[in-house]
Amino acid sequence: MEFKDYYEIVGVSRDASQDEIKRAYRKLARKYHPDVSKESDAEQRFKELGEAYEVLKDPEKRAAYDQLGKNWKAGQDFHPPPEWDQGFEFHGGGFTGADAENFSDFFESLFGRAGFRQGGGESFHQQFHARGQDTHAKILISLDDAYHGATRAISIKHTELDQHGRPQLKERTLNVQIPKGVRQGQHIRLGKQGAKGIGTGEAGDLYLEVEFQAHPFYQVEGKDVYLKCPLAPWEAMLGTTVKLPTPAGKIDLKIPANSANGKKLRLKGRGIPAREPGDLYAVLEIALPQANDEKSKQAYRDMEKALNFNPRAALGV
Amino acid sequence: MAKQVLKIIHGEILEEEIMLSLAQLCRRSSMSAESILEMMEYGVVEPYQASQDKWLFKGDSVSRLRCAQRLKRDLGVNTAGAALALDLLQEIDGMRRRLRRLEQQLK
Repeated sequence: MEFKDYYEIVGVSRDASQDEIKRAYRKLARKYHPDVSKESDAEQRFKELGEAYEVLKDPEKRAAYDQLGKNWKAGQDFHPPPEWDQGFEFHGGGFTGADAENFSDFFESLFGRAGFRQGGGESFHQQFHARGQDTHAKILISLDDAYHGATRAISIKHTELDQHGRPQLKERTLNVQIPKGVRQGQHIRLGKQGAKGIGTGEAGDLYLEVEFQAHPFYQVEGKDVYLKCPLAPWEAMLGTTVKLPTPAGKIDLKIPANSANGKKLRLKGRGIPAREPGDLYAVLEIALPQANDEKSKQAYRDMEKALNFNPRAALGV
Repeated sequence: MAKQVLKIIHGEILEEEIMLSLAQLCRRSSMSAESILEMMEYGVVEPYQASQDKWLFKGDSVSRLRCAQRLKRDLGVNTAGAALALDLLQEIDGMRRRLRRLEQQLK
């Protein structure tokens, strides 16, 4: 078992006052709260922080922890010295209550583990019924799947209690129907595919958070889809009709004359086919032919002569 | 090795296709009606269609309620603070998505 340096986790020195510990904890709790933080290890950090604070906020537990000595380094192999907690009086008997099932083995070896499992036993399980927990996972789908709907096999890792009540990591594969019109950030609910219930309680639900794979030419925001439409200068200025791909098939798009670079043309209802369908935007992007041979250079010279054009007129020069 | 044929599981989109009554919301969020009513007072969740005696909540109300509950428990904010944090988090999420789209477009 690894030694945990609770002072390092909370980011205070060993002689910090209770007030300093509280302030440091609150600041880090906001930073690493899994609902707020975008850092990938936020959940883990937040758990560790809670555990550290559980010990340091309580002067009795803190004194007992301090007694282990200063020479331990985080991560070092650790076994509590025999009868290490002799001479300490812990109020509240079972030492700790809050969320103790999430705490580390290190914590457990020092301060014990409250409640649930110790009070267990066969008869307990026979009489206790509860709905299983809802579980969450992410699913990466293509934009095509959102336009047309699809069936995708996904594998989900989950923990299950074995017959001795120990958690086991298991993997299972589900064949999921992706509903047409689903958007990024939405959740697909799969009824009764979450954690198993206890006793006769029914299983919880599984929620899949939808993300899209990046696409080489479509960008998605909400239910709207954006597509860059490159145009030759004469196409943009004289107007034309161009062929464009959309996730629902090719279309003909009419480009009005005198279209400026960056202009957005909206194709109503051609975005993601949600209940109220999104729109497709073609963002015009004027592409300039290179002047790398005599013929093209001449064409630019002719343009220069024919047009009295100052692109910096707005700058006053 | 025999290939297992898996049944196709049909899902519903939480944010669009699911509407919940107050009783269903209580069950799914494991919260009492009283605490949901308090969350409603502060706009954490809003009934979608309030006819005379029936409230309907959007499916994502469950995750909003749970998130508000966690923020209250873990950070010591009150219900008004949790509601504010939820709205700001949603706004940030929208801005992140817009930023990502614009960045991709510039490539």
